[in-house]
Amino acid sequence: MPAPLFELDHLAVTTDDGSRILDVEHLAVPEQGITVLAGPSGAGKSTLLRLCNRLEVPSSGTIRYRGTDIDQLDPLALRRAVGMVFQRPTLFGGTVRDNLAVASPTADDATFAGALERAGLSGSFLNRVGDDLSGGEAQRACLARTLLTEPQVLLMDEPTSSLDPAMTERLEGSVRALADDGVSVIWVSHDLDQVRRISDRVIVIDHGRIVPEAAAVRWLCGPTDSSPPLPVEAAPPVLEDDSSRRGGGADA
Amino acid sequence: MPEIFAANASSTIGWPGLATSLVLVVVAAGLSIGQRLRLERTIAWSSVRALVQLLAVGSVLGVILDPKRPVALSWLWVVLMVVIAALTIRQRAPEVPGITGLALVAVGSSAAMGLGVLFGLRIFPMQGRTVVPLAGMLIGNSMASTVGASRRIVEELSEKRAEVEARLALGLAWPDAARPHVRTALRTALLPQIESTKVVGLVALPGAMTGLILAGIKPVDAVKVQAAVMFLILGGVCATATVVARGLTRRLFTPDHRLVRLVREAG
Repeated sequence: MPAPLFELDHLAVTTDDGSRILDVEHLAVPEQGITVLAGPSGAGKSTLLRLCNRLEVPSSGTIRYRGTDIDQLDPLALRRAVGMVFQRPTLFGGTVRDNLAVASPTADDATFAGALERAGLSGSFLNRVGDDLSGGEAQRACLARTLLTEPQVLLMDEPTSSLDPAMTERLEGSVRALADDGVSVIWVSHDLDQVRRISDRVIVIDHGRIVPEAAAVRWLCGPTDSSPPLPVEAAPPVLEDDSSRRGGGADA
Repeated sequence: MPEIFAANASSTIGWPGLATSLVLVVVAAGLSIGQRLRLERTIAWSSVRALVQLLAVGSVLGVILDPKRPVALSWLWVVLMVVIAALTIRQRAPEVPGITGLALVAVGSSAAMGLGVLFGLRIFPMQGRTVVPLAGMLIGNSMASTVGASRRIVEELSEKRAEVEARLALGLAWPDAARPHVRTALRTALLPQIESTKVVGLVALPGAMTGLILAGIKPVDAVKVQAAVMFLILGGVCATATVVARGLTRRLFTPDHRLVRLVREAG
């Protein structure tokens, strides 16, 4: 049986003042498809995501990437294999081409155009100045930039939180196509409708802990995307692995 | 070697002259009272304090710069200046992690380079009365540039954290992720010095030149000394800022290429 994509054990993240913002006994994220980390704002979802490409390190515990402790991996190689798209589109100064060249300095325009197309933008964007792009265009340019490192995994940290519904739908479509092409995706969201649209499996987090299955199901079946109170207790991970649910609602 | 170092300056104002110059302090205090600025006490205290400090330093320098004493004593004074500069920098930029050690290295290396050029190439004769004032001007300006550059780097990396992390997330090593921001910070920190070098003499006459002219030296000779001092300061400031940038940026990233949490001081 192959090792999970990511496996977390006895993992804790505490702040300088000692408060615990993440406390995970065990969690295994399998390969393939889109795994959504769902839960209310401030639950610890983004922290968990940032642990996966070592932008953060845990206070204690271990994280394994495909069976290897990520402490043993070259962080730069890990980050190129595990790409990340942030909540706010963060384009650097200059044109889209300049941005893409940061990820792949030796690539040619054809390669850049290919990455843009995979992210849902045409090659004509290469000469556009980053500051002139809309939020949705900028976020897709950021996705294209990340794709140039040829990642095997994409970490999406609430990438549509500042986008309108149409742009959100287009970005979701682009990422779904990438997932279908074999890129494993971990997507953070607190939007229940989005969770239902894009998830192949869902992990619910609240107050830094994996929510027990029954409570997670209740949360996912909630009528709105507001954040109902969730029980916080040490619990086994909720991890549904049912690819037949692709694109069709939460694992309820 | 400039002729002025063989000459004796003859212009002194004497104690009565110094006492008379206090009239200007009285004028300043009078204006404060007239305008109800409530600064008269501060003006008086600042003037007295400055006078006492300068007299104290002058007395010590009188001993150190005595031509009969070994020049090593002057170099010892320079080392003390570097240490005091580092401690002052720590006071002025407490939000910068590890600033004391960094300041010691930056100011020390800048002083070594600048003074090494001036005395190694025999631009100035190595005597107590050249070593101490030149080192003072170099270290004073390096101190300001260390504070300016280190604060700007911390501010820049703190404000642009998202961009830095976006670069790190693409697999860039910390020097590459930090480079555009450090470059911006260094430019911001160095431009005032470069600008002031551009307009020197047009707006205000620089201190060394003014002092020499007041002391009766020919203006052209004073200009030569001032130009050398100016180049010394420009080189020193750039060297200090570069050393600070390199050392500080290294401290702001972990060995596994993560940007540490930066806490900036308010205001």
